[in-house]
Amino acid sequence: MSATTPIAAPGSGSGYRPEAGLTERFLASKAFAVSVIVLAIIAAWYAFAVHMNTQWQIDIYNRGNVEWTTTDLVRDTLNQARPVLPAPHQVAVEIWNTTVMMDPTSRRSLIYHAWITLSATLLGFVIGTLLGVSLAVGIVHSRAMDKSVMPWVIASQTIPILAIAPMIIVVLNAIGITGLLPKALISTYLAFFPVAVGMVKGLRSPELLQLDLLRTYSASRWQAFWKLRWPSSVPFLFTSMKVAIAISLVGAIVGELPTGAVAGLGARLLAGSYYGQTVQIWSALFVAAAMAAVLVALVGLVQRIVLKRMGQAA
Amino acid sequence: MNTTILIGAFAFWLAAWALNSWLAVQRPANVAAQRAIDLFVPVLFGVTLLVLWEGLARGFNIPTVLLPPPSLVWERILASSHILWADFQQTFLKAVLAGYAMGCGAGFLVAIAVDRSPFLKRGLLPLGNFVSALPIIGIAPIMVMWFGFGWESKAAVVIVMTFFPMLVNTVEGLQASSAIDRDLMRTYAASYWQTLFRLKLPAASPFIFNALKINSTLALIGAIVAEFFGTPIVGMGFRISAEVGRMNIDMVWASIAVAALAGSLFYGVVALIERAVTFWHPSVRGG
Repeated sequence: MSATTPIAAPGSGSGYRPEAGLTERFLASKAFAVSVIVLAIIAAWYAFAVHMNTQWQIDIYNRGNVEWTTTDLVRDTLNQARPVLPAPHQVAVEIWNTTVMMDPTSRRSLIYHAWITLSATLLGFVIGTLLGVSLAVGIVHSRAMDKSVMPWVIASQTIPILAIAPMIIVVLNAIGITGLLPKALISTYLAFFPVAVGMVKGLRSPELLQLDLLRTYSASRWQAFWKLRWPSSVPFLFTSMKVAIAISLVGAIVGELPTGAVAGLGARLLAGSYYGQTVQIWSALFVAAAMAAVLVALVGLVQRIVLKRMGQAA
Repeated sequence: MNTTILIGAFAFWLAAWALNSWLAVQRPANVAAQRAIDLFVPVLFGVTLLVLWEGLARGFNIPTVLLPPPSLVWERILASSHILWADFQQTFLKAVLAGYAMGCGAGFLVAIAVDRSPFLKRGLLPLGNFVSALPIIGIAPIMVMWFGFGWESKAAVVIVMTFFPMLVNTVEGLQASSAIDRDLMRTYAASYWQTLFRLKLPAASPFIFNALKINSTLALIGAIVAEFFGTPIVGMGFRISAEVGRMNIDMVWASIAVAALAGSLFYGVVALIERAVTFWHPSVRGG
């Protein structure tokens, strides 16, 4: 019962509730609430776009001595070539033109750039997950590692690694490691942390009773790990992997900023900001956001399948 | 290659590792000794890393443009402390603190408003969770375009980055009080604000502090990365990218050391306040 329902409201104590109709259920659904808010955000965006681009548009009118009405102003502010804030449809058109309408191997195609970022993200994510899992296994099984490494795992994340990204990339380039790996290493550094912390929690999640039971079976440490600790840590693994893959993407994008901006979504952002191509920045941003959403959703899907096969589905 | 230094470094590493393994399995009777060990073991680990780094860098004669030894970085910190201080003021004291305060404050207030409306809660929570997973750092070039090269644009990035974790965590925290507690407040005829301040906010504080801790690192990262996109000639992000270009790697490490120290202290202060405020919570109470 929510706090707003009066305690003495009819039926609130008895548990009686009239059957909710279709309309009522729809209005109370999450999807409806989310869509209304998304629509409100888009409307606000259009309003802001008109507001922020007005000054520039009026300057143009005055220079050209053009007579204008409010309708003209609204139409023109939403279709500038280099707006302060591009309208949503401009971004959508730009994304459409640079993905579907263009050869994916072209340097102007967003798919090409997205693929470069994605490959660094995935490589970093995989290395980071492996590193995180092995660290967690070590921490759970060795008291010395637990006491000495764990505080530093946590401390490592207070260092703004993204700030070091340019140096790591330049230094690795200088010793001959180029291409995918330097960016992937930044993703690794970011991704290993949530996995390590989550897995330490997960590997310790079996109850004492269960561990004792295995002891009475005279199970070895290896058997206890494989038959008890590992299966019970899988839900934790997937939860942390969702965080890890989102953060890997951030690492890959920032890793692309300093290296002379050749290719990748980060390079598109940087190039866009150099040449004032706001539409290009926003479209790169939206592609990055879509990629993050798809990656997280994919991990979630694998999680559901794996947990179901393991008989752990909620 | 300098073999003596290398052997010395490795010997120190092995000795420290052995000492740590031995200390970790000790179970002294009194609490003070246990505390001292818990503190000493990670410190020794950190010192070992520094010694190994110094030994490897000197032993293999790694060029200082690639990896300067820690002693060199320390000399650089002492030699150019006024530059580092100016950068710290520009990035941390102006951009990070202002953005952090405004972003967290806005997230907190919006969360309280959202909590009153079940409709907004249903709609905003999934969106907020979604946005928290996005690479928000990408808005940095846009903010630099809108608000100029000064610290204001960096603060704007920090505001956006810190807003959503705060919003999501606070909304979740405000739901953390149990129905029976809320009913009790109603039987006391408590007003909305009394319920908010005496029940809901205290119950939400572990969630709020979780967001504050997440945001303390996010804020620093946001401000520094935003400086890569354009800045006046001062600031930690500017210093790092500029000195990388000039191959002054020791200066870069000095800036990073300052950033790491600032980040750790910021996090530590928030964690201390958390311990003082949520002293009743099991994670703080149970040692």
